[in-house]
Amino acid sequence: MQQIEIEQIELNLLLEALYQRYGYDFRHYSQASIKRRLQYHLAKTPHTSISALIPEILYNEAACQALLFDISVTVTEMFRDAWVYLAIREKVIPLLRTYPFINVWHAGCATGEEVYSLAILLQEEGLSDRVRIYATDFNDVALQKAKTRIYPLKRMKEYSQSYQQAGGKSSLADYYHAHYDSVIMNESLQQNITFANHNLATDGSFGEMHLIFCRNVLIYFNQTLQNRALTLFRDSLCYNGFLCLGTKETLRFSEVEHEFNPFVESERIYQCKYQKPNGSIFNTGQ
Amino acid sequence: MMNYEAVVIGTSMGGLEALRQLLAPLQRNFTLPIFIVQHRQATAEEYLTTFLNEHCVLAVKEAVSGEAIQAGTVYLAPADYHLLIEPNHTLSLSIDAKVNYCRPAIDVLFETAAEVYQTHLIGILLTGANHDGTAGLRKIKHHGGFTLVQQPSTAVAKIMPLTAIQAKVVDRVGTLAEIALFLNQLFPLKSS
Repeated sequence: MQQIEIEQIELNLLLEALYQRYGYDFRHYSQASIKRRLQYHLAKTPHTSISALIPEILYNEAACQALLFDISVTVTEMFRDAWVYLAIREKVIPLLRTYPFINVWHAGCATGEEVYSLAILLQEEGLSDRVRIYATDFNDVALQKAKTRIYPLKRMKEYSQSYQQAGGKSSLADYYHAHYDSVIMNESLQQNITFANHNLATDGSFGEMHLIFCRNVLIYFNQTLQNRALTLFRDSLCYNGFLCLGTKETLRFSEVEHEFNPFVESERIYQCKYQKPNGSIFNTGQ
Repeated sequence: MMNYEAVVIGTSMGGLEALRQLLAPLQRNFTLPIFIVQHRQATAEEYLTTFLNEHCVLAVKEAVSGEAIQAGTVYLAPADYHLLIEPNHTLSLSIDAKVNYCRPAIDVLFETAAEVYQTHLIGILLTGANHDGTAGLRKIKHHGGFTLVQQPSTAVAKIMPLTAIQAKVVDRVGTLAEIALFLNQLFPLKSS
């Protein structure tokens, strides 16, 4: 048997151990990414093979948390793909405005940069008194970081440009305070945000949403897990609710493709056309 | 002749014109999939895809996450995403941290392709002004694949091919025309 095939077995065993011991399910993630991330983690340990990590994570929860952080945190930035935020501002917000109360779910929020971007946008559009943003991730370390509202100052110049391109109405500096080499986002932004642990691989729906924002999460999933997440989004959206995916993600070829209409296709914003069966807990009779 | 199954190409500064010169001569019967990382700025447009399609016989497209690899198709890594080859012969994208200050990074494509295709992979490094790609070529060689780089004296920026040559991870050095000829000769035109 070749080295590559042996490594494949090691990888499968480790992911199975993570799942059976802690319930974290990476078994349906894209293999190439997860393997690269595991090798990155491995290089920081004294071990030389992926399988050597197994006993450690089974018996040592701290070791598991460290591994989890390395294999699950995605890199993100404020107003990433500014043109998407502009489309939300110009095309989605006018429709969201017609609802008395708006629920937004930001699934896979990582360290929160894009959640605060969305909160700024909603505040500028005068919706902060009637919007609730549920920002979820399965990584507690990332969620804790998001809750601190603290980000490195050196990225702010780049973020300010993106904010302007996203149709920003004032200056990004109005939304944070700088101190030494860090900034803290204004507390008022967090008033509308509920951070919570939620795992798209294992958890269910928790409320009726008007907008679901899930960008650059599905690219890490295989087809099975993508379908699971997308079905969950469909079941969580109200009729005519919006789904915003990453610019390289698509509903095409998914099981729910025909239950959505493209709304702003180039920006991957879709509108849910799914009529929930009578008796559904979220059936509001619209 | 070796039984090759895929080609990976990496380039940076000066890459647009180099890719045109390398891909334009490839004939329709070239049936291997080609995966390309060209370092570039993140924008909403797909200029590179349009440009190369105008000059190539082969179909050029931007890689989509999860798509199955088709023969004779040229796949470009999207701006700001790493492109990876999955063990089940599909493509995946990631926004993981930059590698060698780059996303997409040549090393990420080359290393994941090397694991999947092993001895059946051809790795090509062209003009560029940084060191991305050398670690990837090393991994391709480690798994028994074949590596070529552009003759540094013919490159707009010679650092990238030169770094690979100095690291002794290169099987053959050639001009763009010579590399194109090498690729075409893998699939000789039938005379009938």
